[in-house]
Amino acid sequence: MPTTDNITFEGSGGSDGAGGAGDAAAAGRRETTEGTVFTVTGQDWDSVVSGVADEHAERVVVNMGPQHPSTHGVLRLILELDGETVTEARVGIGYLHTGIEKNLEFRNWTQAVTFVTRMDYLAPLFNETAYCLAVEKLLGITEQIPERANVIRVMMMELNRMSSHLVALATGGMELGALTAMIFGFRERETVLDLFELVTGLRMNHAYVRPGGVAQDLPSGAVEKIGESVKLLRTNFKDTANLLVDNGIWKARTEGVGYLDLVGCASLGVTGPILRATGLPHDLRKSQPYCGYENYDFNVVTRDTCDAYGRFLIRLEELSESLKIVEQCLERLEPGPVMVEDRKIAWPAQLALGSDGLGNSLDHIRHIMGESMEALIHHFKLVTEGFAVPAGQAYSAVESPRGELGVHVVSDGGTRPYRVHFRDPSFTNLQATAAMCEGSMIADVVAAVASIDPVMGGVDR
Amino acid sequence: MTETNLPEPAASGGIATPAPAVDPDAAYVGGEAVAQRRGMFAARGSGDTSGYGLLQRVVSLPGASARPYGGTFDETADALAAAYPAYGEAVEAVVVEHDELTFHVRREHLLEFVQALRDDPTLRFEMCMGVSGVHFPEQTGRELHAVYHFLSITHNRRVRVEVSVPDTDRHLPSIVSVYPTCDWHERETWDFFGLVFDGHPALTRIMMPDDWPGHPQRKDYPLGGIPVEYKGAEIPPPDQRRAYT
Amino acid sequence: MGLEEKLPSGILLTSVEKLAGYARKNSLWPATFGLACCAIEMMATGAGRYDLARFGMEVFRASPRQADLMIVAGRVSQKMAPVLRQIYDQMPEPRYVLAMGVCASSGGMFNNYAIVQGVDHVVPVDMYLPGCPPRPEMLMDAILKLHDKIQDQKLGSQRRREVVELEAAAMAAVPSSAMKGQLR
Repeated sequence: MPTTDNITFEGSGGSDGAGGAGDAAAAGRRETTEGTVFTVTGQDWDSVVSGVADEHAERVVVNMGPQHPSTHGVLRLILELDGETVTEARVGIGYLHTGIEKNLEFRNWTQAVTFVTRMDYLAPLFNETAYCLAVEKLLGITEQIPERANVIRVMMMELNRMSSHLVALATGGMELGALTAMIFGFRERETVLDLFELVTGLRMNHAYVRPGGVAQDLPSGAVEKIGESVKLLRTNFKDTANLLVDNGIWKARTEGVGYLDLVGCASLGVTGPILRATGLPHDLRKSQPYCGYENYDFNVVTRDTCDAYGRFLIRLEELSESLKIVEQCLERLEPGPVMVEDRKIAWPAQLALGSDGLGNSLDHIRHIMGESMEALIHHFKLVTEGFAVPAGQAYSAVESPRGELGVHVVSDGGTRPYRVHFRDPSFTNLQATAAMCEGSMIADVVAAVASIDPVMGGVDR
Repeated sequence: MTETNLPEPAASGGIATPAPAVDPDAAYVGGEAVAQRRGMFAARGSGDTSGYGLLQRVVSLPGASARPYGGTFDETADALAAAYPAYGEAVEAVVVEHDELTFHVRREHLLEFVQALRDDPTLRFEMCMGVSGVHFPEQTGRELHAVYHFLSITHNRRVRVEVSVPDTDRHLPSIVSVYPTCDWHERETWDFFGLVFDGHPALTRIMMPDDWPGHPQRKDYPLGGIPVEYKGAEIPPPDQRRAYT
Repeated sequence: MGLEEKLPSGILLTSVEKLAGYARKNSLWPATFGLACCAIEMMATGAGRYDLARFGMEVFRASPRQADLMIVAGRVSQKMAPVLRQIYDQMPEPRYVLAMGVCASSGGMFNNYAIVQGVDHVVPVDMYLPGCPPRPEMLMDAILKLHDKIQDQKLGSQRRREVVELEAAAMAAVPSSAMKGQLR
């Protein structure tokens, strides 16, 4: 409500204006010690209204969040409004800060994977892989990672890319009111989560990719199951596409919204679908391949509309590209080890389901207790102390569903990370919110943030 | 679970002898010494029965590399020397390790250095991947390192720039005027390490609450956990447990 | 709640309690308090495969003033704790809190400066659900156990008496770390 205690009006009853301070001052405004005094003489109410607007321009500052159904997680948007238009948008983050980076300094290199996986919780395998690639760089074993481990890593990452894009589409749809899109997205995601559960044991936050390879080989029947799921997903993705692509309401909400061109992206350091929506085909899987990505045939999806609709179309098409890569992975799988040869680094144990629950497989126990003393020593040292990584620093980056996920690892030669810093794509992409939202309506802010697809676990770490 | 078994807090590192003072000009000759370790099995506070009690090892990060650096790194270094006339004074050392190129730059020259990185056509590092802070409490005179990573999409190259500042004077120039993306990254590094970026438009806390005291990711800040309760027992929080390094 | 004020205390309350419990438990409306990974599993529980709507919990109310159940799903950081309390305070009685996941129950794997070690430091919790993240079936199990608790909840003066008794029992109980003997 505007405060009117500084404005006083005097009626001067009729337009004769006789007596008092003369005609000039009778109708108009004068400044007093208590604020502006408007004198109205009739027929000139407009001057008062415009005067009030000038003097007391209403600064309405609205706080959206941190608890809000439409802000992707605990994001606080501080919007200064002029009616329905946003004149200034500021972002408040830190509501999910978990201190993961500091926690890693008190854990082994392998135990750190379990923490790192929970940063960007929609793309846990990307966090793990980026971290493991950096550690393997420091260890100098990048060339010795077995082929099968690399193929499995690529396959799991692409499945994760699909599940992450599905959540982006689902929650984006929900925030804009398309609840059916949410149900479709989560239905498809359940198929992918079933595959994760089959291979890694968990639906989310699997600590599966470890320095040296992956924790366990694919169980029997996994390849067939993944093949069937790929076919199912290929059919099901059409549902979301039919619902939203070229949908008048969807386009009205997302076309032209959240505009950020190439100059804006480069200066703000924005990568991922937002950068590819400007037309630049920058994808780390093609330009700086890792884990054998150079051997796969897939396209880098771009659009040149620089808006939320373009990003939505990119994510939809990247789903199909990921399916292609998963199929190629299934064909490339050859029998072999999934952990590096060096027994001083390779994770020793294999989990299996026994009569009393999940634990070390009996084969492994027989091996370390009965067959090899060295294996027992390696097992003991690796699970208590962990392996030591030579001193130095390394940076490795992967193309996560949101952009470039970079990890900077510093080692002091010990069994614990000295410093691990994640350059999370959501953290950097979220800086673009102000550039995208200022000048648009509040509803467009919701669409723009949904198109950035920030995951607050990655933003706040 | 008794108190006497707990090692000293990580900050002191259990080091009795003073850390070697590092000569800034010779910092990178033969490796960059960052810490000193004594004994084995991190026995601190109690008697060291390992027999390795007098063992002293200096932890060093890789030192300066000699030319030729290999790959495209020589071109990058030459292009920088051409684009930035004060290259000789600005760069303390060039380290090539694990197929990565790192320039250790003095803080006075940082802003112009990164300007050359971005603007020169043969360099054209358009994207800055942000700042990462590292704290080496025993490297007197160079405790806080700020590490910047750059990516050139045009030439498909990466480079790293590292700046070291002493704990007593934690200032370095902000590169937000050249790379606006570093806005939040510099705020985060200030929040967690206490590194003040001069020239930053709004250097405030970003992750921690606005009135939080201290800078959490420094090595002298405790992890801050609570003891873990089990039935009939209690174990100390992670930073006070036995470590093996 | 209006019902409790209008009834004479202590008389014929048992069947009314059962009826009120039945009505309350079958139309619990959750307030959206999804924070991190557990929020995604909570959304999955509300989605097609593990349908929460069959328990009357379809509508996730955005406004806490219209909600009865706050499912704290995810890790609560020091910065978020006052917000959590504020949302809890805005909920009208009868209100219930379900701490979903280990981070909400006890701080989880993050035993550090940034995370509140259990939301029971901030709000009173009715049901703790461990898991990292708990599977949708586990969340539904926790909700059904909460339903049982709500069904058996007393009204009016009986409730006040019950609360006093529970508190006295909790204050006299042996803390976990001091338990000795058979640890089962």
